[in-house]
Amino acid sequence: MPKDGGIGASTKRREDVRFLTGKGRYTDDINIRGQLYAHFIRSDVAHGRIRSIDTSAAEAMPGVAKVFTSKDFEGAGGLPCGWQVTDRFGKPMQEPKHPILAEGKVRHVGDPIAVVVAETLEQARDAAEAVVIDIEELEPVLDMKAALADGATKVHDDLASNLCYDWGFVEENKEAVNAAFGKAAHVVSLELKNNRLVANPMEPRVAVGDYEDHSGNHTLYTTSQNPHVIRLLMGAFVLGIPEHKLRVVAPDVGGGFGSKIYHYAEEAFVTKAAHILKRPVKWTSTRSEAFISDAHGRDHVTKIELALDADHNFTAIRTETYANMGAYLSTFAPSIPTWLHGTLMAGNYRTPLIYVNVKAVFTNTVPVDAYRGAGRPEATFQLERLIDKAARELGVDPIELRRKNFITADQFPYQTPVAVVYDTGNYHATMDKLLEISDYAGFGARAAESAKRGKLRGFGIAHYIEACGIAPSNLVGQLGARAGLYESATVRVNATGSISVFTGSHSHGQGHETSFAQVVAEMIGIDAGQVEIIHGDTSNTPMGMGTYGSRSLAVGGSALVKATNKIVNKAKKIAAHLLEASESDIELKDGKFTVAGTDKSVDWAGVTLAAYVPHNYPLENLEPGLEETAFYDPSNFTYPSGAYGCEVEVDPDTGKVDIVAFSAADDFGNIVNPMIVEGQVQGGLAQGIGQALLENCVYDENGQLLSGSFMDYAMPRADDLPMFKVDHSCCTPCTHNPLGVKGCGEAGAIGSPPAVVNAVIDALHRAGHTHVTHIDMPVSPARVWAAMNG
Amino acid sequence: MHNFDFVKPSTIAEAVKALSDGDAQALSGGQTLLPSMKQRLAAPGTLVSLTGIAEMKGVCKGDGGLHIGAATPHAVVAREAAAHYPALAALAGGIGDPAVRSRGTIGGSIANNDPAACYPAAVLASGATVVTNKRQIAADDYFQGMFTTALEEGEIVIEVRFPIPQKAAYVKFNQPASRFALTGVFVAKFGDGVRVAVTGASNNGVFRWTEGEKALSSSFSADAVKGLSVDPAEMISDLHGTPEYRAHLVKVLTGRAVAQANG
Ligand SMILES: Cc1cc2nc3c(=O)[nH]c(=O)nc-3n(C[C@H](O)[C@H](O)[C@H](O)COP(=O)(O)OP(=O)(O)OC[C@H]3O[C@@H](n4cnc5c(N)ncnc54)[C@H](O)[C@@H]3O)c2cc1C
Repeated sequence: MPKDGGIGASTKRREDVRFLTGKGRYTDDINIRGQLYAHFIRSDVAHGRIRSIDTSAAEAMPGVAKVFTSKDFEGAGGLPCGWQVTDRFGKPMQEPKHPILAEGKVRHVGDPIAVVVAETLEQARDAAEAVVIDIEELEPVLDMKAALADGATKVHDDLASNLCYDWGFVEENKEAVNAAFGKAAHVVSLELKNNRLVANPMEPRVAVGDYEDHSGNHTLYTTSQNPHVIRLLMGAFVLGIPEHKLRVVAPDVGGGFGSKIYHYAEEAFVTKAAHILKRPVKWTSTRSEAFISDAHGRDHVTKIELALDADHNFTAIRTETYANMGAYLSTFAPSIPTWLHGTLMAGNYRTPLIYVNVKAVFTNTVPVDAYRGAGRPEATFQLERLIDKAARELGVDPIELRRKNFITADQFPYQTPVAVVYDTGNYHATMDKLLEISDYAGFGARAAESAKRGKLRGFGIAHYIEACGIAPSNLVGQLGARAGLYESATVRVNATGSISVFTGSHSHGQGHETSFAQVVAEMIGIDAGQVEIIHGDTSNTPMGMGTYGSRSLAVGGSALVKATNKIVNKAKKIAAHLLEASESDIELKDGKFTVAGTDKSVDWAGVTLAAYVPHNYPLENLEPGLEETAFYDPSNFTYPSGAYGCEVEVDPDTGKVDIVAFSAADDFGNIVNPMIVEGQVQGGLAQGIGQALLENCVYDENGQLLSGSFMDYAMPRADDLPMFKVDHSCCTPCTHNPLGVKGCGEAGAIGSPPAVVNAVIDALHRAGHTHVTHIDMPVSPARVWAAMNG
Repeated sequence: MHNFDFVKPSTIAEAVKALSDGDAQALSGGQTLLPSMKQRLAAPGTLVSLTGIAEMKGVCKGDGGLHIGAATPHAVVAREAAAHYPALAALAGGIGDPAVRSRGTIGGSIANNDPAACYPAAVLASGATVVTNKRQIAADDYFQGMFTTALEEGEIVIEVRFPIPQKAAYVKFNQPASRFALTGVFVAKFGDGVRVAVTGASNNGVFRWTEGEKALSSSFSADAVKGLSVDPAEMISDLHGTPEYRAHLVKVLTGRAVAQANG
């Protein structure tokens, strides 16, 4: 098999041809004859009671089909939450209703109150100005700690308080952890914030609902990372439409980063409105709307403490985190600060005792959910910042302190004290690789050169671990997930040997159409050009849980391997018949079936043709056709890990931080397409650096979003970033999936923020600003300057 | 966007007449006005485009120094002013991105007088004259606080006349999101003294840092301002910087602008 197409080849992404030539077909490109346009009227106050809504004037305006309010959705369910977290005391979390349109109260700026549907978008917007809404403003609940005080105003009147849950993990370890702190030779602590972010994929969300009166079939076209999940949640819990009457299509999707996982009100709205009006209904988010209606990410406030013995071994970790849920529970929100965060608090280290406490809080802000990395960046940031601080306080080298406490290569599989078992890894190797590719040894000379130009140079290290390949269904079920997290694939071999693969995974930038084809091509020994990957439409793909959590290749790819194995097994039977040999003697190599030890052979197309034109075929033993489906449920998470090094120059006069070099040494296990992996890492690094230096979602004291546009929300741009050095030659293959792959989509965003902040602190310390122990992200010029002069 | 009528006159007189309707508004490059119309924050009944008026476009040397037509896009200024007034050309070339520079105009910028815009600093530091359809206004009288100018209802900027200093430089410290000036300082050294104009920093819009001017007039060196301090009292506080930070930047950027002007 030539390496221009199979596993390990840097095959160019076939989908890029259409994306780069403007031929992509995104949801907004879908226009159905007779479609109407929806414009959402959203709350402009953070918290208020709706006294009245008068739609009569608007309804009389030109082109208006109908003005909807919550009254039109009395029979519908709320948007469901897909995960139920149980608190420290064994009680289920508080779970408020999340209506499609506000019922009685508005709870964040952007909360939808009414929708105008009209012949044109401008007519809908004109009429929206004539809808009269009277709202009694209430005190907004914004600060998480204040929200938990006795007598605090409640976001949800029908809940006991603003506390969603108070989670302890592992609760049984709490006393032992406290005891370890009591005995510690050193205790290091750090308080920090993980800044709130807005995902801002390039393509804003869009939803088009269609309804066919004669069949009762509903179709929703939507910008989703997981069309099957939307069909399940919306069909079963919100609108009561059975699967066979509901088709959800997520065509080309222009980035998601988590924000397009969730089931949103607009999707249910257009589906229902199309049914009521018997006309297609389309909604396209504006960028301004995206800021106040897409789920936000992060927003944790944490105190973390590390106990060490006299030899600087880590003996215990204790954390207390306040996690902002926003006004309602988004689809996976409760799981992010808990199961995707607490379970990662061991990092790459042998810390024997860990206790994580998380209080999830309702506030009058946009709901918060997973954003690239989801919980794991928060865990990594705390831990890697804290270890750097510990090294400084103890006067030891931060790299050596990490090495000393690393789980060693011979300790795998490694059971952490926070429930998970790391299957493989070699953290000393990734650290060594990082020091090599970043020319750590040459740092001193570079720092001296920077100093000549009046700049303060610093080097920051972070080592991360993540749990990807989400996730074993029986495990997540015990942890409160209301869904399974398997993946699926149907491999349909066509008569002439070409292959159509239908996958439950969804590609919205990840390049599955290329890399999944490489896997199948490699297994059969044919050209990847013969394999087509089809995804995104519930009407033709098997049930799959979608793409997030770096799970597509690890879980979806495994399903693909299983299905392809079934194909190969059946094809061998057919070949054995054609070659009049025993099945056990048939070998498949380079697309040819051979009887072992002979020159008798039949090629791939000969077998596939026989499957569909079964003239000479063992019909009594074998069905014709060549099509197989497989589901794969992982037995464990995968655990990518890596060492990241960031080199900065700080301008001492302005506090401006320039990232002058960034190196990443990752262990992703086996790699199918190195070019795609490198692209994923680079994108992740850009987002992580964006969080560390630039991005900040900020509300004012009235709950108005101050960073509600690109004029104030700073996205990373190319000139904010250095040329990255990305290496993934360190490889400890995953032991429990067939490809030995771990996933690479989130790593960059997880490992980079602490590396950046550590580098800035390092630069300041080297320049004598030793009083600066931490700067919250984004490490903006103003903050760095204030820290230096504080 | 609400519906509007659109006219594109070819003379100033026609434009002024079209603007006399109270519901009409001048449209130049549209880089500020169109986004606010799209967001329905502005809804003029008629847009009067100024970009078809030949005498409002172009860069030329004249009695008053360098004359720039109000409807001249930033990209043209960046190109054509370079030989005459390099600091001004560099400022124009640093506004926004190529798309903004090829549409946005100097007239639109100073009519709007955004507190973080670049041109107001150049106009004020150069002691330029703003020529309107009615009168000539000295820069010192023209800028009257954030988004406020001496322009009257229906009055349009025709041209800006820049005296050309001996030495000048503009140093802009980017607001990280918009890349407007978090603080920007334009320093201009003339035979009779130095003018320093600061944008991005003050609640009162662009202003002259007179203390800095005094120090630089006696010694045009970066060190001359080192010992000074800027009062943060009137400075902007927002999520990108505190008043103290901006006050500090005024001094740092002034020093850098002087160093740059001295080459
Ligand atoms: C992405 C982006 C980045 C930007 N970055 C910067 C930056 O870094 N620095 C910077 O300084 N600016 C920046 N700008 C603003 C840009 O320079 C605008 O072009 C400028 O502020 C307005 O000029 P305009 O010609 O587009 O005016 P318009 O939008 O057409 O008009 C603006 C206002 O001025 C009025 N007006 C226009 N012309 C006249 C006239 N001749 N007489 C009287 N009134 C008039 C209009 O009625 C309107 O009220 C940026 C803009 C964008 C969109």
